Amino acid sequence: MHEWALAESVIRKAAEYAAREKLSSVSEVGVSLGELQAIDRKIFSFALQELVKSSFKGLSCCKFRILKDPAAFKCKACSKEFTLKVLKRTDEEAENIHFIPEMAHAFLKCPKCKSPDFEIMAGRGVSIKHIRGGR
Amino acid sequence: MISLDPRPAVIGTRLSKIKRIIAVTGWKGGIGKSVTASTLALLLAKRGLKTGLLDLDLAGASDHIVLGTNGLFPKEMMGLEPPMVYGVKFMSVAFFSSNKAVPLRGANVSDAIIEMLAITQWGELDFLVIDMPPGINDAALDVIRLIPQTEVLAVTTSSVLAHSVLERSLDLYNDLKVPVLGVIENMSGREGGRPKNCAGRLRYDAGLEAALGDPDKILMTKFAQDLRKIAVAILKMR
Repeated sequence: MHEWALAESVIRKAAEYAAREKLSSVSEVGVSLGELQAIDRKIFSFALQELVKSSFKGLSCCKFRILKDPAAFKCKACSKEFTLKVLKRTDEEAENIHFIPEMAHAFLKCPKCKSPDFEIMAGRGVSIKHIRGGR
Repeated sequence: MISLDPRPAVIGTRLSKIKRIIAVTGWKGGIGKSVTASTLALLLAKRGLKTGLLDLDLAGASDHIVLGTNGLFPKEMMGLEPPMVYGVKFMSVAFFSSNKAVPLRGANVSDAIIEMLAITQWGELDFLVIDMPPGINDAALDVIRLIPQTEVLAVTTSSVLAHSVLERSLDLYNDLKVPVLGVIENMSGREGGRPKNCAGRLRYDAGLEAALGDPDKILMTKFAQDLRKIAVAILKMR
């Protein structure tokens, strides 16, 4: 349910962006959900639909396009590139990563050299990829 | 295609019902920053003030040990609601790390801190005490940028090394236009000169270590008694 907090941040950021770019209305916001954080897409989408009702009126007809962002990692120690699918984690570890994706460094290791010093190249968390609207 | 991080946009809302935010800082290790921040939060809560404590010292998170928070976890509602510990709403990365080391580079520390600030629902507070990342780095600068209402309470020891580093930190806070409430000298031997901007000194208290993990015992220490006097003065409480 902390999806609601992140959905609220998307609404606020879209409203900020619209004001800065002098958009009178926003027709579509593209939001990518990183595989690592494993946000519940249904809850997140519902939260966006509900929260937008009480937001900046230019957002009232806005559609939200939810995009998948697969996680990709690169080991700082051995340069191995890897995906989330090859990494094992318990349910508790996955939940902790769900709240704070950086906890991946506490629980996950490079599949080749076992180092926890890796870079999250893609698919970390919530990001806005496009905002379309009119002036 | 753009790539916008939405999380900072909601941080102001999350902190909007907090009257004062006190960032407890320290630029040398082992000076008692965490125990000072935790005890300050306990003292404020003891006075009936709505108080929160946020441990942002990700590499050395230890406020949960000071408070003794075994078995507690934030409640997931429209975000995360911090558990109440002895009247203090408490949030820490320690809730999520399963007592493991979290080896984070600078940008990762900033990301984790932004995430915590974006999803934590503090509600109404009189005071939020932040146990800051040590020194000055990406994370500390981000906290100052994202929480412009922050007031700094700096901790040092009586060591000339700590005083020297402290003076440089005060110059930087001045440049960053961050108000400094004062400097607390911890484990004070009183053999040296007072640190710049000194708000008070905390006596070395041999009994403090044994009290860690038990807020009742902490509040009975000489350390807490000294800190209470300083807090009353700098926060202008009766």
